[in-house]
Amino acid sequence: MWHSKRARRIAFAIFWYVLLGTTAVIVMLPYIWMISTSLKGPGEIFTYPPKLIPRAWRFQNYVEAWNAAPFGRYFFNSALVALVVTIGQLITCSLAAFAFARMEFKGKNVMFALFLSTTMISTQVTLVPSYLVLKALNWLDTYQALIVPFLANAFGVFMMRQYFMTLPRELEDAAKLDGCGRLRFLWQIVLPLSKPIIASQALFAFMSNWNAYLWPLIVTTSEHMRTLQIGLRYFVSQEGGTQWGLFMAATVFVSLPIVIFYLIVQKSFIEGIATTGIKGA
Amino acid sequence: MRKEEERRRSWWHQWGEETFAAYLFLLPSLVIFAVFVFFPLFFSFYASLTRWNLPFKPSFIGPGNYRYLFTDPIGASEFRRSIWNSFYYALGVPLNMAISLAVALLLNQKLRGVSLFRTAYFLPTITSTAAISVIWLWIYHPADYGLLNSILMRLGLSPLRWLRDPHLAMPALILMGVWHGMGYNIVIFLAGLQAIPTHLYEAAEIDGAGSWARFWKITWPLLGPTTFYVLVIGIINSLKAFTQMHVMTEGGPLGATTTITYYLYQQAFENFAMGRASAVACVLFVLLFVLTLIQFKVVGSRIHYE
Repeated sequence: MWHSKRARRIAFAIFWYVLLGTTAVIVMLPYIWMISTSLKGPGEIFTYPPKLIPRAWRFQNYVEAWNAAPFGRYFFNSALVALVVTIGQLITCSLAAFAFARMEFKGKNVMFALFLSTTMISTQVTLVPSYLVLKALNWLDTYQALIVPFLANAFGVFMMRQYFMTLPRELEDAAKLDGCGRLRFLWQIVLPLSKPIIASQALFAFMSNWNAYLWPLIVTTSEHMRTLQIGLRYFVSQEGGTQWGLFMAATVFVSLPIVIFYLIVQKSFIEGIATTGIKGA
Repeated sequence: MRKEEERRRSWWHQWGEETFAAYLFLLPSLVIFAVFVFFPLFFSFYASLTRWNLPFKPSFIGPGNYRYLFTDPIGASEFRRSIWNSFYYALGVPLNMAISLAVALLLNQKLRGVSLFRTAYFLPTITSTAAISVIWLWIYHPADYGLLNSILMRLGLSPLRWLRDPHLAMPALILMGVWHGMGYNIVIFLAGLQAIPTHLYEAAEIDGAGSWARFWKITWPLLGPTTFYVLVIGIINSLKAFTQMHVMTEGGPLGATTTITYYLYQQAFENFAMGRASAVACVLFVLLFVLTLIQFKVVGSRIHYE
């Protein structure tokens, strides 16, 4: 019977599930280890051999970690910055994308090349002068410093432009007949038709700002301006590197929101990456 | 006279007005780019030619910083090591690609549960590098209760010092990087695989080609642009890597994980040597620029053509 096609297919399926299942468990192991440690007391953490399932579940770790540093404030900062940047980017990107997609103007190609060139220049390269600009503006350690430099995004412009170009030309003619100005046309007709691209653009902007590290690290100096990522790092390094139960509990609540967010919107997120190659962070 | 005015008005109406409006639409983005991209870029070139130790004022010194980075006995050896470390870190890219392609091939099947596995593999990619780094700091803990060491000991091997060992710190970061970046590469590879027309495989099967031959004769060549894209993006991201070094090793031990971006950070924000840091930034810019051009030339910008 082994030689029948059906049997071969079943054997292949079993092999496939075992192989992918094993790799999936290996991939998930660091997460499992994080959660396991976050529930252990000091006595259990520092014993060999370590157990994956804690003997006594110590949820107190979460409370203690939360109170050991101003994590509430960090959450607020991260959420505020990511939200404002996302909304701001959607505005600047849709305006520029509209010009590139639906308008004829002098110097369009030059402008397009200029926008394209910004994608080759990374934060790492402009770090020092950008920092000096903020210093000159007296913006260091403020929300402006975390928000303003990210209010434009060429990738977002290109993604939206591609989408706007697919909308039928006749829309404009009808709008012009009704005496509808460009801004109103963009706001009332183009944007409502572009919900999928707005959603994926918002997603990328939010994720990459929520996870940002280098920039918030250099422009924030006081504790109450830190974002979650920076706060987590200082929490771990300042506690002397021994409170692993608390560190892992903190890492759980730092990474959890974005994981939940991802699980909800993963379909459009993965499609977005597959078609554009862009991801956050 | 009237004709002239009419002509002007119609020019304004047809070209001028639309051009004016278009630039108003571009203005918000242009202002941000001007202040935080183009000005900093040109200012970097200028600053790299100055001695500028904060809080003092800059003084023009010509190519002195570059001389320091390329010929000074201490400076050049540090700088060369940081570039070497960056490309060493980039060795994780081909490793990552091999694993990701294998997983993508496995996922490119019409079987139940594919999306569940895809979710699992992708989870590390969306988790922030800072959080990932803290988890792996604990996994690499040098005591016997560190996860990796406890596994080694159970296998009868002796525990290692991982991030505290100058020879092991970088491989440890590479291993973590592979785990972290896999999901992204898998998604890109899957998209590439799904773009290959199935009739090619059907034809090959009729001709009696085995799955090994089908992979090397059809999948691999047709996946070429995707593979190249993933490779170059991976190298670019390796050169930009910073967070894991800052959270896990602070560039150590003995500078073993001081990559070019970390070296730039040290010069600027630990030594406050803005001129020297700008010279490093300019070298980094050239490296990234060349890589991006290669990618544009060979694969074309995905933004443009897809």
